[in-house]
Amino acid sequence: MKKLNILLVDDEQEFVVTLAERLELRGYGVSISQDGEAALQRFIHQEFDLVILDLMMPGMNGLHVLARIKEIRPQIPVLLLTGHGSTREGTEGMRLGAFDYLMKPLRIEDLIHKIKQAVPLKTA
Amino acid sequence: MLLRNLWHKAVNAMLTFPEDSTSPQRYVTLKRNIILIMSLVCIVPLALMAGINYRQYRNNVESEIKRPIHVMAEDTRHAFELFIEERLSTVRFIASAYTYEELRNEHTLQRVLRTMRSEFGGFIDLGLISSTGILMAYAGPYDLLGNDYSQQPSFHEVSVRGVYISDVFMGYRKFPHVVIIVQRMAEDGRTWFIRATIDTGRYEALIATMALRPESDAFLVNHAGILQTNSRFYGKVLEKCPLEVPTGIHSTYITQIQDPLGQDVLVAFAPVRADYTLVIVKPLSVLLHSFYALKGEMLVLFCVGAFGVILAVVGVADMLVLRIRNADEKRSRALQELQHTQKLSSIGRLAAGVAHEINNPLAIINEKAGLMKDLVALSESFERQDRFLALTENILQSVERCQTITHRLLGFAKRIDVQFEELSINNVLQDTLGFLERESIYRQIDIQRDLDPSLPTLVSDKGQLQQVFLNLLTNAFAAVENGGCICMRTRYDEKRKRIMATIEDNGCGMNDEVQKHIFDPFFSTKKGNGTGLGLSITYGIIQKLGGDIQVRSQAGKGSAFTIALPLQGLAEATNERTEL
Repeated sequence: MKKLNILLVDDEQEFVVTLAERLELRGYGVSISQDGEAALQRFIHQEFDLVILDLMMPGMNGLHVLARIKEIRPQIPVLLLTGHGSTREGTEGMRLGAFDYLMKPLRIEDLIHKIKQAVPLKTA
Repeated sequence: MLLRNLWHKAVNAMLTFPEDSTSPQRYVTLKRNIILIMSLVCIVPLALMAGINYRQYRNNVESEIKRPIHVMAEDTRHAFELFIEERLSTVRFIASAYTYEELRNEHTLQRVLRTMRSEFGGFIDLGLISSTGILMAYAGPYDLLGNDYSQQPSFHEVSVRGVYISDVFMGYRKFPHVVIIVQRMAEDGRTWFIRATIDTGRYEALIATMALRPESDAFLVNHAGILQTNSRFYGKVLEKCPLEVPTGIHSTYITQIQDPLGQDVLVAFAPVRADYTLVIVKPLSVLLHSFYALKGEMLVLFCVGAFGVILAVVGVADMLVLRIRNADEKRSRALQELQHTQKLSSIGRLAAGVAHEINNPLAIINEKAGLMKDLVALSESFERQDRFLALTENILQSVERCQTITHRLLGFAKRIDVQFEELSINNVLQDTLGFLERESIYRQIDIQRDLDPSLPTLVSDKGQLQQVFLNLLTNAFAAVENGGCICMRTRYDEKRKRIMATIEDNGCGMNDEVQKHIFDPFFSTKKGNGTGLGLSITYGIIQKLGGDIQVRSQAGKGSAFTIALPLQGLAEATNERTEL
């Protein structure tokens, strides 16, 4: 089975590093970016199966990054992370083509579940 | 300068009132000032008018009263003058027509006296006095023959002036009479005098012809102020007149004085020849009787007018102050509401900020603990591995608890999308109650449903309404004892076009102090079991849905929360982002 490649984008280093390690423990290949610009650069040059994207970031906003990703490779599913109690940004992201959104702090089980939903064939 | 300052102070005191205070005293002051100023403005001109009218009318009345008195005085004076003149010319005529010798004859004298009595009346006797002052002949009822008048002042006066009219006196005869003496100078140089006595009863008769009213008086006085006729009120003939008679007047003179009896009287003085003054006295009270009646009427009219003005002014002031008061109260209520909303808004923003800041580290803790759990689970079995797993699980659970709080906080602070649909409030209530059915059975709580089946449907957010009812019902459940009673009521307010839903309990209730704060975030009476957000979220939702929420509660008796919802949700609530 081919390893699933995930691009994880979040500005909070401690959070992103830890989450990446947990995903790797579960058999995923994870690349990390800590801002939108870097993430887009990575996305252009490298193949990914899934993008996990935080919406609240300094510099380039999450929704903006999402829009660019959908321009470059629209078939790649994007999972959004939001720190807000509001579902507004989440639904806004889904309108822009995101697969779904999750609220931080998140339960790893929920995340795995969503990943499996987003990329059913490769993980099957 | 001082006066101006005082005036300014008075006006300021009257017109200003404590602007900032909301005490009832302020309105009392305001009302008093309005009444005072308006009354003054209305009544002062009224009083001035009345005063001017009064004076003018009084002047008119006085001159109208004076005129008839004047006429009467003149007439009577003429009558007196005529009377005296007539008697004088009669005596003069006799003195001229008869010689000394003829008058010396007693028969002739008797005959002349008889003729005078029959023709003129008033004559009592007639005498002839020689140049030496001895009464030479006499016709009359008394025996005066041989009397010597040479030493009397009247004799001297007649010797000089040719004619003499005496004051009234008693003389030898002991009843009042007047003596007229006329001097005759014959062609041969001899001098004699004719002396005639007139009964003053004729004077009285003349005065009687004036037909005075019983409270009026008229009499004659001489220069010395001695009464020449009887007066009704001021003494008998020959007594001193108590009224001061002006001297040196040449025509009728009318004045108003206070008589010795203390009465205000109108007095007319009319000089009769140079000898007497005719005095007519009329009490003002009688003359002014009609005027006093009118004065009374005017006073009554003025009082009624002033009373009417005051009544109207008080009414207007009452209404005005009530309006002002209502407006003030409305304003202060609106201000309070605004402050409350602002308070909620700022607390909400603060809460959202805090929640957001905490959320990030919370996510890190969550991931770190999760990783720890993963690592422990993956590693080979080691001492106390289970304990580690349990501890990380504990951390994760605590994080989850924190998460619910931050999510609620953010939910309270940020607008959640409202989804409007047509729904029946009764159904929403029933559905919500379903969540609590088990508890109500377990705690034997009597749930009464007084739901109006004819309620119109409304367009609103079902989920939000469920949240609201759940909050209110949870509170009601917390408030009542086991076996308590909770009542749900719905009805339609035709006037306001609103659906009213009430949830009432007979639980512990709240005092006024608690009621003031129930919608504040983080205010809780559940001591550690509540977040203090339930009612503030409820409040926010109801506001968002375009409704309002009212509470009525009494400590120990229970509480009732009433929600009023519009039939159609607020359109703006669906589009605009409003922070609460």
